[in-house]
Amino acid sequence: MSSILTVTMPKWGLSMQEGKVNLWLKEVGDTIAPGEEIVEVESEKISGAVEAAVSGTLRRQIAQPDEVLPVGALLGVIADADVSDELIDDLVTRFQAEFVPPTDDEADAGPQTQTVQVNGRQLRYLKRGEGGTPLLLIHGFGGDLNNWLFNHEALAASRAVYAIDLPGHGASTKVTGAASLDDLADAVSGFMDAVGIASADVVGHSMGGGVCLALTRRAPQKVRSLTLIASAGLGSDINGAYIDGFVAGNTRNALKPLLAQLFSDAGLVTRQLIDDMLKFKRLEGVDAALATLAGGLFPGGRQSEVLADIAAKSGKPVLVIWGENDQIIPVAHASAIPAARVVVLPAQGHMVQMESASEVNKLIGEFTS
Amino acid sequence: MARKITYQQAINEALDQEMARDPSVIVMGEDVAGGAGAPGEEDSWGGVLGVTKGLYAKHPGRVLDTPISESGYIGAAVGAACNGMRPVAELMFIDFMGVCFDQIFNQAAKFRYMFGGKAKTPVVIRAMYGAGFRAAAQHSQCLYNIFTHIPGLKVVLPSNPYDAKGLLIQSIRDNDPVIFLEHKALYTMEGDVPEESYIVPFGEAAVVQEGDDVTIVAFGRMVNYAKDAGASLRKKGVQCEIIDPRTTSPMDFDTILESVERTGRLVIVDESHPRCSMASDVSGFIAQEAFRALKAPIQMVTAPHVPVPFAASLEDLYIPSPARIEEAVMRVKEYR
Repeated sequence: MSSILTVTMPKWGLSMQEGKVNLWLKEVGDTIAPGEEIVEVESEKISGAVEAAVSGTLRRQIAQPDEVLPVGALLGVIADADVSDELIDDLVTRFQAEFVPPTDDEADAGPQTQTVQVNGRQLRYLKRGEGGTPLLLIHGFGGDLNNWLFNHEALAASRAVYAIDLPGHGASTKVTGAASLDDLADAVSGFMDAVGIASADVVGHSMGGGVCLALTRRAPQKVRSLTLIASAGLGSDINGAYIDGFVAGNTRNALKPLLAQLFSDAGLVTRQLIDDMLKFKRLEGVDAALATLAGGLFPGGRQSEVLADIAAKSGKPVLVIWGENDQIIPVAHASAIPAARVVVLPAQGHMVQMESASEVNKLIGEFTS
Repeated sequence: MARKITYQQAINEALDQEMARDPSVIVMGEDVAGGAGAPGEEDSWGGVLGVTKGLYAKHPGRVLDTPISESGYIGAAVGAACNGMRPVAELMFIDFMGVCFDQIFNQAAKFRYMFGGKAKTPVVIRAMYGAGFRAAAQHSQCLYNIFTHIPGLKVVLPSNPYDAKGLLIQSIRDNDPVIFLEHKALYTMEGDVPEESYIVPFGEAAVVQEGDDVTIVAFGRMVNYAKDAGASLRKKGVQCEIIDPRTTSPMDFDTILESVERTGRLVIVDESHPRCSMASDVSGFIAQEAFRALKAPIQMVTAPHVPVPFAASLEDLYIPSPARIEEAVMRVKEYR
């Protein structure tokens, strides 16, 4: 059946209300497969590519480079090659006539973060999607649930996907407790009990991968599969200078070169990204929480726990994803679990789930289906 | 976790959290509790506009109503600060500072220097400033430039609720006298503010919008007008970089300099009178430090050199507007 589909301005993160069109990655007439990147868009916080949800031909580029448009505005049209131009023009005219940019209040009415109490600590989380086997996204050291900005919605198309803020991070309680992977895993385990998840596909990035491994040790029945992205816990090497600098850094100039090490494209480290990180780091208790955690997990620039054999012995399916040029945890750790499926993405850095979102989403989708 | 609260609530929350954290923090001023004899929260005013409402009941004995004698209680606050307290004195309208100038800039501002660094004076003087309130010439001035001129004082001008809370917490913890200025028209402004305590450091400008065409430096309430102008100009293809210095002493000249070296075009928006103002201060600095980078004469968008008028129509004309900012940006943009 012939179909016409609109490509619209995405909403990346709770605060995004408008975005700027950077450039088209596909020309009118190009054939497009699902998951392919069509157009690059920039929000205040970050730039990224809008991916095709369907296959077809790019028939119209409505938005022009440098144009600033509200969330939901029409960017382009994808349709089969045999759909007539009249039909497409009709759709565009109708869309533009009916489109009302969301007001501030409506923008706030999108998916909302929630909180639960787990052993006296408040944890924030964001749930998207319903049903299926739940999937759990666990961020890394100094991160928060926004690290899954480009993954969360895509993964939640046909299942419930939860992203959480670990203790000491994001908007969760700024007390980290025992400063061990086990302590963080217990918080995740308690979170699963609190929201009624018996078992889940768990996905962890960096330190969050180490938390997934510790969860597999502490509560194996709660883990259906493990996806470990640039994961801690698979070897003892780690970029200690990055960890120390990040914990100590309290100005824009101190953080900028550090955050640049996370990405393969340093241009992604926008002023807004740095400002948001500073806002987090300046919350009372965050410095102490991060220092305690770093002292427990990465003393003297080494990882204190290597848990690769936990994954091996558990018999759970394991997917390992790494960026080839990771400057924080060496890509050599990717082969630490013999039975795992390993995918190394060329020319990518530590934040591979953000920079190669469509590839990572596809890998996780296939692996956990 | 962040939620939306007003500028006024953000200030109240900063005071509340600092009082809970540090028993040496006290609040004093005219009607900050609620007038003599008012026993509880219900019938206490919490300041002329209710900014300190609720603190009297939560922190018994630490929210002190004072007589209408600014030189008396500002002097008392400065003295208390020298003796281990961290007073936050509310002076209501900045226009009344004149009667206690000696306490502020001959005493508080000089102690650290004149006592060879052995004295500290951790006092915060809060006051509201600015026009737009139909409050006439004696209750509508800006005057932040006068305090910026005095070595030994720190001067803070938050333009939004997030900065108001973080800067006030920093002001209270700071060991020098801080003049903390709140624009009356911003009290109802809402914004995302974390529930947790946090600081915003002094001397660190915020870049509220990035752009390569024209740099706009704006102060206090004018930051929001600059944002309105910037949004309108963006639709016309002009990308402004909008800088909010947040504190005028210390002042983050580096961020301004870095921006002007890139854009070569500068507009300064300052609600005070043009002479000896923050606008002329920044203008002089850039003329001296970045002369070669400038592609157009610097434009100052300020109030005129007249008292704030009482007539509503004239007061509206007096205050710099987004339209005037836009015109100034276009003038420097199109200068050949």
